[in-house]
Amino acid sequence: MSSEPRPIDADTVLATAERLRWEVGAGLDDALMEDIYSHAARIADRAVTRDGDTRRFDLDRAIDRVVTSRVWGFPIMLLLFAGVFWLTISGANGPSAALSALFLDWGLPQLHALASGVGAPWWLSGFLIDGVYLATAWVVSVMLPPMAIFFPLFTLLEDFGYLPRVAFNLDAAFRRAGAHGKQSLTMMMGFGCNAAGVVATRVIDSPRERMIAILTNNFALCNGRWPTQILIASIFVGAAVPPYLAGLVSAAAVVGVALLGVLLSFAVSWGLSRTVLRGEVSTFSLELPPYRPPRIFKTIYTSVIDRTLIVLWRAVVFAAPAGAVIWLISNVTIGDASLAAYAVRFLNPFGMLLGLNGIILLAYVVAIPANEIVIPTVLMLTALLGSLSGVGEGAGVMFQSDNLGDTYQVLRAGGWTLLTGVNVMLFSLIHNPCSTTLYTIYRETGSAKWTAAAAVIPLTMGFVVTFFVAQVWRLLA
Amino acid sequence: MSTSGCTGCPMYSVEGLKKLGVDMREFDHVIALAGNPNTGKSTVFNALTGLRQHTGNWPGKTVTRAEGAFRFNGSRYKIVDLPGTYSLLATSTDEEVARNFILFGQPTVTVVVVDATRLERNLNLALQVLEITDRAVVCLNLMDEARRHGLTVDDRRLARDLGVPVVATAARQGDGITDLLKAIDEVASGEAVCRPRRVAIRDPKVRKALEELTAQVSAVHPGLPNARWVALRLLGGDPGIVSALQSGELGTIEEPQEVTA
Repeated sequence: MSSEPRPIDADTVLATAERLRWEVGAGLDDALMEDIYSHAARIADRAVTRDGDTRRFDLDRAIDRVVTSRVWGFPIMLLLFAGVFWLTISGANGPSAALSALFLDWGLPQLHALASGVGAPWWLSGFLIDGVYLATAWVVSVMLPPMAIFFPLFTLLEDFGYLPRVAFNLDAAFRRAGAHGKQSLTMMMGFGCNAAGVVATRVIDSPRERMIAILTNNFALCNGRWPTQILIASIFVGAAVPPYLAGLVSAAAVVGVALLGVLLSFAVSWGLSRTVLRGEVSTFSLELPPYRPPRIFKTIYTSVIDRTLIVLWRAVVFAAPAGAVIWLISNVTIGDASLAAYAVRFLNPFGMLLGLNGIILLAYVVAIPANEIVIPTVLMLTALLGSLSGVGEGAGVMFQSDNLGDTYQVLRAGGWTLLTGVNVMLFSLIHNPCSTTLYTIYRETGSAKWTAAAAVIPLTMGFVVTFFVAQVWRLLA
Repeated sequence: MSTSGCTGCPMYSVEGLKKLGVDMREFDHVIALAGNPNTGKSTVFNALTGLRQHTGNWPGKTVTRAEGAFRFNGSRYKIVDLPGTYSLLATSTDEEVARNFILFGQPTVTVVVVDATRLERNLNLALQVLEITDRAVVCLNLMDEARRHGLTVDDRRLARDLGVPVVATAARQGDGITDLLKAIDEVASGEAVCRPRRVAIRDPKVRKALEELTAQVSAVHPGLPNARWVALRLLGGDPGIVSALQSGELGTIEEPQEVTA
């Protein structure tokens, strides 16, 4: 032993390790790993016997040959997702109308009757019923049915083992954009919830590529924004085509927006990896798991309980105070107009420039905590401030509409055109992430600078895109 | 004839298991769940705790560690579901989370969930875990899938070769969970003694260097249960272990005593 009589501490150990490392030479770790690998192979070989029947391996491989092929991979992916959205859109209308009839047509008058029965002052019943209750009821009736259809379908695909194939198909494109192939997986998570997608970027080893994945996750349309897309596509895009095509065309429009998000992900990743986040693309191995027959009832149960209700709860938690805020800004007046009217008037010129309007921009400000409440807020403010006669309720009452036709009428009367609808869909895809996602980004990166970038980059892009669409549209129209 | 309908109920087979969900008060033992991605760790976790940690058929789903609890045979267990990794070299965050927990979290028992249909690759990780800790149980999961694929896995042979208990399970169906619990219980209580197979160092130069360094590591941290592994990682220049030694974090593994300055 070469150790001196003086007491051994951490530094001595490190010095010894340093010296011995020179003696042993490099390649020790490799030798150890080789030993582990060869031992694993030997043990596995002794323990496993296989009979001649390997049909299922072949079935998996046969499916993979089709769904990950260069020719069929992308069309199949598009068809599957379009099918999921079409089922969601066409299946959700009926239940949404029924919920809305229950909560709004029946529940609202009941509550008002109850409030006047106990002699509640107008501001209290207005604040609680027309603010908090209406916002919550709106969010539940608009969001619950599509989510209760979309999440189980998506979870079935996930359970079956299709998602890694999507990642496989997209991997080459991500690499060409200078990003990590696993970004396709985090993007998949982002389609559920961007905050979850940002946390999922932990699977990416390189800090550079992880930052790219975090900054672009917002372009994966999250489920807070799906209902906006689905609703606006149904009533504006769907209305522009013959009725028998409406369902398909609106589904196609939603898929189109989602695809645009994927393309923007690539574009922004490409831009970042060639400017502020330059570096090598690292390689990784992606395991394609075996296809497993999904357990349908268990999947439906858990996706309804775990995903749908949790997301819905989050929406409600944010919608209730937002409803209160909306009622307040519509009822607190300075001079001759409410706070909301001032804000809308201030934002309107800018909004018109973007092919939107002041109400939509104000709704996006109010909805920073949760994208889910954009459409209810827009409807309420439109009914209140738009030049509507005989439509809508009192000040700050979120407008209730029991079917899509009513919603369409309100928005039409508020000055909406097909351009407004299209730009709302675009802006809903391309704007700053919700506050939960931003907070998650801050926690994951620990950097205020990158968190700000994550908000400013998409917001600027949203302004630019809607501005150009509006200018070109108006030129052509 | 069975005495009641209970014998036909899937819950019957898990006698003695009380799922405690997130109630993790006053546990006696900590169990870590390690394994390759997509081997069913979260499914095993859910079967033991009664929680509904999201499971999905794709690798990399669990990125943070989930915790839950259960009671079995009179002991309360806290169980930690680690992110799935292919190795424990700590080159990425999830590998580091997994390795640090096995090393610093000092689980009483580490359960390595392996995919019976991809045994060779899964054993790479299992062997790396066995380098760090000797209190481990190998959960040979997805046995139903292996059978469908025409594979027979000899779990007793495997147990002998690895030197730790091996339990065959099909967690999605709940098969073998009771056996897994018994194995965990035996290892935790010390009834079953594991003698895991370790990497044999043949090069005399390396062996001598390792001996010298192991002795020094043990001298600095006498309570360290895996001084040889730490010495091996130091020889390999593992930055995580070097800084754990410098910061004294390694000292937290032994019985609490003064941290070396």
